[in-house]
Amino acid sequence: MKLTKLLMVVVVSATMLFVSCKPKDADIKAAVEKALSADPSMSGTTVEVKDGVVTMGGECKDDACKAGCEKIAAGVKGVKSVVNNCTVAPPPPPPPASLSTTIDATKMQQVKDGLKDIAGVTVEFVGDKAVLKGEVTQANRMKIMQMLAAAKVLSDVSGLTDKK
Amino acid sequence: MALQDKYAELLQTATTLGVGNLASTEQAGVLHVSGTANSTADYDALWALYAKIDPNMASGDLMMNIDIKADAGAQLKVTTDSSNLNIRSTPSTEGEIVGKAAHDEIVTLVEKTDDSWWKIKTADGEEGYAFAQYLSPL
Repeated sequence: MKLTKLLMVVVVSATMLFVSCKPKDADIKAAVEKALSADPSMSGTTVEVKDGVVTMGGECKDDACKAGCEKIAAGVKGVKSVVNNCTVAPPPPPPPASLSTTIDATKMQQVKDGLKDIAGVTVEFVGDKAVLKGEVTQANRMKIMQMLAAAKVLSDVSGLTDKK
Repeated sequence: MALQDKYAELLQTATTLGVGNLASTEQAGVLHVSGTANSTADYDALWALYAKIDPNMASGDLMMNIDIKADAGAQLKVTTDSSNLNIRSTPSTEGEIVGKAAHDEIVTLVEKTDDSWWKIKTADGEEGYAFAQYLSPL
């Protein structure tokens, strides 16, 4: 009788111990979020946990971040597996190439070629700018500006007047 | 007034039109904008907007380095005023003339060699370099 009671106590407490050893999903979620919060690049990620399976979502800034957050989540106690649904943000476009363009002989030739068919316009190169002078129609003014922009050449067109 | 504000409508329109790799940076009193428009119509719309915001585009405070999306094999229309477009052996006005494309003729893009010269091929099989300014992607 006494032995049976003792056995029951052992079984019950063992069960309780076992249950308390297994982290709850909410606890896992909190632990994963805490682990991820150490890295600011992972701030855009989201965490869902069901039966110990972590599903990562949201946006990562790069592939390293995506692989990294999966590794961190997998290393948290109680996590059985990780489903990585993070998306990687596309890289920002490069800055405009015209920022660092300087006028050289090739650029000067490009501009001169571009003006070849537009009569009555002259160009001089002063510093980093093409300085244009002459009389132009509205259509040709547009063409000139487009040509200069395509060649990435800064310009001073204050000397261009409208053809009457 | 900051140039980003002056040209806000232009930048907004470029975003709306889905200009690829759109980037803009202000440097030394000039707003540099770059990207790739999806069509000649979008490109023309952006330039019209520039001329509207800055009458006669005379301030010299915008470098709108936008090109038009065109991959090898794309159809290009020759947009000279009325004359033929020279096709040359090298990407330079020094290059020997190897062919001509008529005004409004449709040619095929072979490669975008640089900012101002594109390699093209005519329907007759003439291949060489032409001034990109006179070529509009269809």
